[in-house]
Amino acid sequence: MKRFADLLDSLAYQPQRNAKLRLLADHFARVPDPERGYALAALTGGLDFALAKAGLIRGLVTERVDPVLFELSYDYVGDLAETASLIWPERTEAGNAAPTLRDVVETLNSTGKANLPGIVAGWLDALDADGRWALIKLMTGGLRIGVSARLAKTAVAQFGNVDIAEIEELWHALEPPYEDLFAWLSGSGPKPDPNLAAAFRPVMLAHPLDEQDLEKLSPSDFLAEWKWDGARVQIAADGGRVRLYTRSGDEVSGAFPEIVEGVDFQATLDGELLVMRDGLVAPFGDLQRRLNRKSVGPKLRADFPCAVRLYDILLDAGEDLRSLPFQARRDRLEAWVERISHPRLDLSPTVPFSSWDELACLRRDGAEPGVEGLMLKRADSAYMPGRPKGLWFKWKRDPALIDAVVMYAQRGHGKRSSFYSDYTFGVWRGDELVPVGKAYFGFTDAELRELDRWVRANTVNRFGPVREVEKSLVVEVAFEGLQRSTRHKSGLAMRFPRFSRIRWDKPVEEADVIENLEALLPR
Amino acid sequence: MVKPESWLKTTPGGLYCEPGDFYIDPTRAVERAVVTHGHADHARPGHAKVLATDATLAIMRSRYDDQSGITQQAIAYGEVVEIGGVKISLAPAGHVLGSAQVVVEYAGSRVVVSGDYKRRPDPTCVPFEPVSCDVFVTEATFALPVFRHPSDEQEIAKLLRSVALFPDRAHLVGAYALGKAQRLLRLIRLAGYDRPIWLHGALQNLTDLYAGFGIDFGDLRPATEATKVELAGQIVLAPPGALADRWSRRLPDPLTAMASGWMRVRARARQRGAELPLIISDHADWDELTRTIRDVGAPRLWVTHGREEALVHYATGLGIEAEALSLVGYEDEDS
Repeated sequence: MKRFADLLDSLAYQPQRNAKLRLLADHFARVPDPERGYALAALTGGLDFALAKAGLIRGLVTERVDPVLFELSYDYVGDLAETASLIWPERTEAGNAAPTLRDVVETLNSTGKANLPGIVAGWLDALDADGRWALIKLMTGGLRIGVSARLAKTAVAQFGNVDIAEIEELWHALEPPYEDLFAWLSGSGPKPDPNLAAAFRPVMLAHPLDEQDLEKLSPSDFLAEWKWDGARVQIAADGGRVRLYTRSGDEVSGAFPEIVEGVDFQATLDGELLVMRDGLVAPFGDLQRRLNRKSVGPKLRADFPCAVRLYDILLDAGEDLRSLPFQARRDRLEAWVERISHPRLDLSPTVPFSSWDELACLRRDGAEPGVEGLMLKRADSAYMPGRPKGLWFKWKRDPALIDAVVMYAQRGHGKRSSFYSDYTFGVWRGDELVPVGKAYFGFTDAELRELDRWVRANTVNRFGPVREVEKSLVVEVAFEGLQRSTRHKSGLAMRFPRFSRIRWDKPVEEADVIENLEALLPR
Repeated sequence: MVKPESWLKTTPGGLYCEPGDFYIDPTRAVERAVVTHGHADHARPGHAKVLATDATLAIMRSRYDDQSGITQQAIAYGEVVEIGGVKISLAPAGHVLGSAQVVVEYAGSRVVVSGDYKRRPDPTCVPFEPVSCDVFVTEATFALPVFRHPSDEQEIAKLLRSVALFPDRAHLVGAYALGKAQRLLRLIRLAGYDRPIWLHGALQNLTDLYAGFGIDFGDLRPATEATKVELAGQIVLAPPGALADRWSRRLPDPLTAMASGWMRVRARARQRGAELPLIISDHADWDELTRTIRDVGAPRLWVTHGREEALVHYATGLGIEAEALSLVGYEDEDS
């Protein structure tokens, strides 16, 4: 546990990507199995302890520490793991030995709910502040130390001197603590059998388009498609198995039975999960009702019927198409859709165009519901995992903008703890301001410092971590769409709201009125 | 007994003693000021009369020159002066060189204004002395139980280990120019490190001033006069503001360390861009604050700047009548 805690600690303080990779590769080289494998699992989100949740830690801490002092500390530090690890009263007498990472992982996986609190309390007593922090981070998930699963896998690839794509391809056939993987990478074992039947294939992602780059690109090199406002998924069907994956490779088959049912083909397909009624895409808010669930009841399924709109084919009847140019895969996909019939699958059409100007007009005026912009894909692009440069671009529509008034501010978490970084803003309904959304990004670090200072100097009321502020600051808020919502007093909910400009200069009377927003609602 | 709040009042300019007509650590220029210590948010320029320890007055002169008070009156720890029927004396606060608690007695009651303080030993100043009183006025910079500063030795060892581990990298240590920098220098020497230590120009004056009070820092050199090659594997001290400044570009692959009590909280350390956080503070941590409240045994506690709420809650639990004073103008950066 000590070495794992040291690793997390040094990663957390290391801003440089290459130095992080060095730290990780060094850890994999120095630390034996199964400790290194469990560390890798922790960093790639491969560990999930059903019973060890934040509430357990809270409970243990408040048994030993004055709850008021704990709440004040948590509010200040902004991170439960860090608060709990620092506030935990050290035992001066020599106690039990500190656990290894293996002890922790295996015990958490095998211990029932009743015994868990006592065991965890014993570990917390035996560890120092950094060890407690690492333990709690590990248990409650979400390490948030600036290391993505991708970066950890890259470090594994560097350690074994293989291509990252090889690791990604194998990944879904591997289990913590990855002893077979490390054996292969250190030359003492065979390459693990990837058992690729219905396996997830790492997806290819697009870069946002910088419009200035269009001059350098030739329209004839590209195909355009609508960019649908849904969730990216992959359908993999092979050898009697059918699986639906998110773009990060999590399996969600159980939540979307209407997609998986009746699949009798053998293919791996890339597409957008959408709620569709009568061939029309419903607002993203409808899809949200279906996301993040393990299963779905009949009513929800009937009210929010899902479908997948296909835009790529990776494997067809066992044949790997990923090295083909996109145009060729597209031809195969169109032929495939002609041949196969499934009620909840259809084809995402291409958008013909001959010049960038023409495409820009289509992007602006394309009125079909569910479109959030365009995708540009090079006709000759092979299907490459990750986000390769220069092949695929997403060209979103310009966001909607409103001028709103800052009403409340809340302290942030993590890197922004101690800064008032979450802002609730409102618009006028008559002569009253009603809150219409909350934004916590879109400003620079320097602007955040300025906003924080402004909040502290203009507080009129405090509610725990929230401050009500003088209604005197206008911000221009950008957002991607608007829906009706019963959750908010205004009856509206925004998608991806963020600050686009701070209008220190603008009088609050000139902020928008709610009617302007209501006009933007989908019919 | 006349209630202390009837003669020692919170005003926009700071704590004001009415019968003595003086302010303690006023935040703007006043006729008569009693100053606890030389940090800029407590010792401000432009007062007509200033009462403080000789070291604090020397620090003010070095910073403010002719703005450091028209009349300066130095008194030693324990010496008593009387102004308008109010007895004033100073007791050591252990915060920085010359730092003092202000002990005021009037109409049968005694109030101790502790300014900023800490309880752990500091080789550059006289240790804190608890003074029993009716009202204790305390800071609350680190008044949350998450703040428990580790030992200085442990943190200095961390720095020296890193210097040994990265012999090619200059170790750039951010430290507040008054107090923290000089304490670090002494602590590094006490740990047995005898190579030259390089200073940013902004630290020179106050370090010289400390040396004038008989504190020996060993071989110190101006960082601006060194070549890049010379600074590899060396310790360089600079004020926190210079860490990410163009100034640091002269250093070979600098490893940024930051010495401050805030380094205890990871998010804070990352906000400061510290790769090597050193938890060394000139302010009392939670255990020191709560121990001090018990030591002085005052039935009433006034809490000034920092995390007042937690300390008030704690003291109330001990049966102490505690309240937060709304004093503005004291900062808790880089403590």
